Amino acid sequence: MAKVRTLILRAPGTNCDVETAFAFEQAGATVSSAHVNELVRKDKRIADYQIVVIPGGFTYGDDISAGKILANELKLKLGEDIQKFVGGGGLILGICNGFQVLVKAGFLPQSPDASQKLTLANNDSSRFECRWVYLSVDKQSPCVFTKGIDALYLPIAHGEGKVMAEPKALGGLNVVLRYADKEGNISADYPYNPNGSVDSIAGISDDSGRIFALMPHPERFLRWTQHPRWVREAN
Amino acid sequence: GLGGVIRDPLGTGLGSKPIASTDVFCFAPPDFPHSKLPAGVLHPRRILKGVRAGVADYGNRLGIPTINGAILFDERYLGNPIVLCGTVGLMPKEAAQMGRQKPGDLVVVVGGKTGRDGIHGVTFASALLTGESEEVSASSVQIGNPITEKKMIDVLLVARDKGLYRRITDCGGGGLSSAVGEMAAETGVRVDLEKVPLKYSGLSYREIWLSESQERMLLAVPPESVEELVALFASEDVEATVIGEFTNDKKLRLFYQNSAVGDMDMEFLHHGLPQSEREAAWELPRYPEPDFDSPLNLSQDLKKILGSWNVCSKEWVIRQYDHEVQGGSVLKPLVGIENDGPGDAAIIRPVLDSDMGVIIANGINPRYGDIDPYWMAASAVDEALRQIIAVGGNLKKVALLDNFNWGNPEKPDRLGGLVRAAQGCYHAALDYGAPFISGKDSLYNEYETEKESICIPPTLLISAMAVMKDVAKAVSMDAKKAGDLLYIVGMTYNEMGGSHYYAVRGAMGNRVPQVNPKRGKKLMDALSGAMDKGLVKACHDLSEGGIGVAAAEMGFAGGVGITLKLNKVPLGEPINRNDTILFSESNTRFLVEVALEDAKRFEGALGENVYAAIGEFTKSDKLEVYGIEGEKVLSTPLAELKEAWQKPLRW
Repeated sequence: MAKVRTLILRAPGTNCDVETAFAFEQAGATVSSAHVNELVRKDKRIADYQIVVIPGGFTYGDDISAGKILANELKLKLGEDIQKFVGGGGLILGICNGFQVLVKAGFLPQSPDASQKLTLANNDSSRFECRWVYLSVDKQSPCVFTKGIDALYLPIAHGEGKVMAEPKALGGLNVVLRYADKEGNISADYPYNPNGSVDSIAGISDDSGRIFALMPHPERFLRWTQHPRWVREAN
Repeated sequence: GLGGVIRDPLGTGLGSKPIASTDVFCFAPPDFPHSKLPAGVLHPRRILKGVRAGVADYGNRLGIPTINGAILFDERYLGNPIVLCGTVGLMPKEAAQMGRQKPGDLVVVVGGKTGRDGIHGVTFASALLTGESEEVSASSVQIGNPITEKKMIDVLLVARDKGLYRRITDCGGGGLSSAVGEMAAETGVRVDLEKVPLKYSGLSYREIWLSESQERMLLAVPPESVEELVALFASEDVEATVIGEFTNDKKLRLFYQNSAVGDMDMEFLHHGLPQSEREAAWELPRYPEPDFDSPLNLSQDLKKILGSWNVCSKEWVIRQYDHEVQGGSVLKPLVGIENDGPGDAAIIRPVLDSDMGVIIANGINPRYGDIDPYWMAASAVDEALRQIIAVGGNLKKVALLDNFNWGNPEKPDRLGGLVRAAQGCYHAALDYGAPFISGKDSLYNEYETEKESICIPPTLLISAMAVMKDVAKAVSMDAKKAGDLLYIVGMTYNEMGGSHYYAVRGAMGNRVPQVNPKRGKKLMDALSGAMDKGLVKACHDLSEGGIGVAAAEMGFAGGVGITLKLNKVPLGEPINRNDTILFSESNTRFLVEVALEDAKRFEGALGENVYAAIGEFTKSDKLEVYGIEGEKVLSTPLAELKEAWQKPLRW
């Protein structure tokens, strides 16, 4: 079987690209990494890949607001390429800063005029936090990345992860992941919901389920030894 | 602090990738009364929050996990807080060599532009501080931009692997003047200062030469590679500028718009300063021995120590650092059933498809230095090493670093203490077979008010790093299961001088913990052997607060009760007080959890070393301690102990 061609998109301040590339390699993909400048210069083309990943980090220092500058770059310099890629059935995954980028570029949630309907605001605690969270997968979700998964346990590490949306937009969201308690029940309580996200939202997708964005870091839990309690719980 | 320390491994050999950071802060207590603040001094709570934000921001943005650290509190840090950041780098063997430039190679500065910030930064850092320092020296503070540094790191490592430069060093203290001056020592150099890219116009050549603007590295690039190198940096929007050329005249020659503005022999520059001679004197201080009876119930004292600023949970700070980025986390700074117990050392797997790990630990205890800096140093080495052992490491591939923070060395008593500390490091490192591979010192840490000069406590941080063959053998400190045995490994002495038990009672004492590194090494080797065989389920090193604090932490981190008997603890001298046995801070000791069925093999592995089974893990939700006469001296719910420990810094 041909391996899935995956592109890890880097920009100044991206810092989870190496482990994200490793994760996709472990899953059997062939992985390339490209700086956004290479795509703008057309040294590399999105069309040559099947999955595009925007990994975590602080692109352009999160100046203005988290992910905003890369979002504008993607929208204004690469918008057409991305529309074609998505239209052709390509998958996009945005992790943490990648979520912020996709939202601020207006790629997620989709809207006819590609305007931004949702944002990721400062955590309710108003500080950066690194901790593991329980996640419940929405069974109605069309997301192709979470097929066959009911629950996840993953680390978050962010200061701006609180999902906020216009009430109208909220109803139409394809929520994929919600923060939950240890038993897997969706929870709005800190620290289970670490940032105060509306409806405990941790990840969303588009209608097709092929564009997926989440605040937690799936690339940080590939091995049992990354689990915070691997030394005390059986595998 | 952090930006600079990250550039050190980047400028080591031919450059290494930063894989982990550590941070240690020393501040005045957060509850220091506002009314007593000297002029020009910020409140320690504000400093703590500001420094925390600065370090976390920089480290998180660079994508380097902050995995280990400490926060210490003492009123003498009021005017002179200490921030010690460390960074570990990883490089291929081929890059682990000192680069050598050739005459004709080009001097290339890469990364950030140069501004007026940070002029005389290092000189400022070593000056005595006063109430006017902020106004007079504002431009001495460098203003960092982590993304500039991150961009630079990304490209530098590519340039290294392509072999585009022959030598690299960081622009740290002294800026270009020291980076260029040091690199060109064996050849000579000419620099055209107007070529240095500036943040804004208006800098004089002197300012360009001395500026300590962050995020800059200096490269020696062969002329044939310079085009490719500059293009590579440009492709990711990073500055790379040729500012001069290495020569063979052993001279430092500086030009600004074709006018000569500096001309000096390298010989004079590097060897012209005569070695200074200073006087050092040291006298063992005598403190009053506290005089009180051992309390019948030690619960209150234990809670007080757990809730003291130095011992209490630092979760508030730890969670604001990304300790998971780079995806190599194995043993996190917080461990246990609720992910909130105090881990001894952190372990990462820097190469994602390898089983090898790197262990990072630290030892620091300025209180011991108030009695004897020699034993403070030896204790800090011991503490850092026993944390390495406690998580499943060993002494075979271990290395140490020292950070000295001291007062004015022109005062003989300050220098005398420094000499004592250096001797302590030397002897402990030699006997433990642990080489010092790096370090730093910062002197003149005194704050002058109208009345007096407040000197920081003699502060020595020892960091330890070890390579672990198989991270799957890691052990954490949290108690695992009721029914298991609790062992103590190592000898307990009447060593209460500088202890936290005395501290919460407002006393100092004189009997500071000593170290016998020869015996310590044997013990650590045996214990790590037992752990390698999988005979240890949990291990916690004994430091501040001795057996009492370590047992409480193991219990509440694991949610498992503990019953222990003080009359089973092996003593190196007769001790007839329960509080002394429970809270003595003697070095080279561990609490260890062993399954019943492994007890024989565990004892066999320890051989002649000092150990004893002193209790067991229980289904109760309490820590229970029985005294010398078998009487109950402590019975406290784990939840109460944990609350005492978590409450102070739950901000």
